Amino acid sequence: MSEGDVVIDLPLSQRGALRPASRARTDVVQAKDTILYLDGVTVSFDGFRALNALSLVIEPGELRAIIGPNGAGKTTMMDVVTGNTRPDEGTVIFNDAYDLTRLDEAEIANLGIGRKFQKPTVFENLTVFDNIELSLKNLRGAFDTLFARLGADDRRRIDRVFEIVRLGDRRGDMAGSLSHGQKQWLEIGMLLSQGPELMLLDEPVAGMTDAETEQTVSLLRDIAREHSVVVVEHDMEFVRNLDCRVTVLHEGSVLAEGNMDSVQQNRKVIEVYLGR
Amino acid sequence: MISRVFINGLDRRGYIFLAILAAFAVAVPVLGSTGVLPTYTVSLFGKYLCYALLALSVDLVWGYCGILSLGHGAFFALGGYAMGMYLMRQIGARGVYGNPVLPDFMVFLNWQELPWFWFGFDNFAFAMLWVVLAPGLLAFVFGWFAFRSRVTGVYLSIISQAMVFALMLAFFRNDMGFGGNNGLTDFKDILGFDIQANGTRNVLFLASAIALGLGYMICHAVTTSKLGKVVVAVRDAESRTRFLGYRVERYKLFIWTLSACMAGVAGALYVPQVGIINPGEFAPAKSIEMAIWVAVGGRGTLIGAVVGAFAVNGARSYLTGAAPEIWLFFLGGLFIVVTLFMPHGIVGLARDGWSRFARKRPPATVPGE
Repeated sequence: MSEGDVVIDLPLSQRGALRPASRARTDVVQAKDTILYLDGVTVSFDGFRALNALSLVIEPGELRAIIGPNGAGKTTMMDVVTGNTRPDEGTVIFNDAYDLTRLDEAEIANLGIGRKFQKPTVFENLTVFDNIELSLKNLRGAFDTLFARLGADDRRRIDRVFEIVRLGDRRGDMAGSLSHGQKQWLEIGMLLSQGPELMLLDEPVAGMTDAETEQTVSLLRDIAREHSVVVVEHDMEFVRNLDCRVTVLHEGSVLAEGNMDSVQQNRKVIEVYLGR
Repeated sequence: MISRVFINGLDRRGYIFLAILAAFAVAVPVLGSTGVLPTYTVSLFGKYLCYALLALSVDLVWGYCGILSLGHGAFFALGGYAMGMYLMRQIGARGVYGNPVLPDFMVFLNWQELPWFWFGFDNFAFAMLWVVLAPGLLAFVFGWFAFRSRVTGVYLSIISQAMVFALMLAFFRNDMGFGGNNGLTDFKDILGFDIQANGTRNVLFLASAIALGLGYMICHAVTTSKLGKVVVAVRDAESRTRFLGYRVERYKLFIWTLSACMAGVAGALYVPQVGIINPGEFAPAKSIEMAIWVAVGGRGTLIGAVVGAFAVNGARSYLTGAAPEIWLFFLGGLFIVVTLFMPHGIVGLARDGWSRFARKRPPATVPGE
């Protein structure tokens, strides 16, 4: 493993133990060679269509930004992918093999999908170190953890995460004592420790200073070299700096897709953002 | 886990606690035998030890896993009934009606033979197995459905209360075969020793202290393991834990069932010391009181549960003697005061006081301690 790598994975001997039941295996052909494939996904809450026949394809190794006004369905989309919300209709396929609509949150997480919440969510009454330790890709059963001991290999993986998110000097502190921006980074570190193939980040720079935002941009671009990353963000400057493909959501479906410049010149997008 | 307890050992606080407990376990029976403490006080302290173990089990689910159980009395009483059934069978032909097999209340109800679920309870080991199994199975089934359906917070508290209430109504019925209203009492022997004898009482006292010590060590090992950290994570951010790939319901089920088994052991030690078990132990108010013990002592700290059980029950013993009419007002007031002004209970208050005191002095503490 070279120095720049951001792969934090389970020891070889334990890989495979985390693979979920085969019942979710699917044979949808169009999903070939995609990391995430959404087709015709509809979600309604009391008649309100949060997602309206949304179709979206993310390729392996892609960095994708998703923007859109409030209520466009960005967070609902993440809820569907991570198993928090069941779609009324539609297909959601991960890694051209697993039907995510039939798995629960834990199974989806163990398949290799990590999620960062809009509001930074870390375990405030545990230390920064413990937060990372719990996130490490390891066996997740109750008895596995009851008898688990922290091995040298785990420590190496944790140190690697601290190098990336630069929280090593705070490892003994309670996570609750971190600043808002540091919590965002800790949560990104927790995602990295999970060793996911696909990372979903909901507003990762909310509440960060300009300097922190800049660091986050370079961090995400590093991460995107090894993982597929989907970022939902309001901050246009941040999205522009990510320099990636952008999808604009509006009223639960895709309004436009392309690079930032083409999207910003799209008439429909301008209408939606500047008001009718 | 076993090596973690016995080789890696406890923290300093744990050793101090066990030392105090050991001193208490030796001193009380000795003072009792020499007549310094009245027999009544010795058995009172024995009861407190059982309550402390029960409080520990409530603290494990509430303080660490965030599940406020208002039905732990069910597990305590089931353990107590399992012990009570053994003690009833030990009476043999010495009952009022002199029936060598049937307990008195069955003769009184004109039952001809022992119900099937009483078989085997003349065997001590079998009965002790059910002391743990009965509450454990109930907790497992209850938890399986509740946690899988993601019943949390106040809803879980309410259905746990409903569970204990339903059990109370069931055990009040004579047809249940557990002595109905009167419960099980008039015990004579335990393992062939006279249950009233001072020697037997001392051994029971000692057994309660040992059970509390072991319960503490198990809770310590569980809460300091990685599982313990996951459980705290579940308490503070349940959905975050799920999105990390943990099956939250299994962790809750494990802690819940372990806690119920501990409560059952506490009940089994309680019954021979008080000499009776009846459906009153299932009363919802008793289960609520258990939560108060933990809140007063300081939830989320194992020592807090023990301190709370001793403090509240000590106050009860004193007040119900000195001014019985104010006891319930005191208990209610205590809960309000603790909730408003002492969110971390007595232990939290002591900790804050100590750190304030320590800050005034030049730093003399060893780093990394």
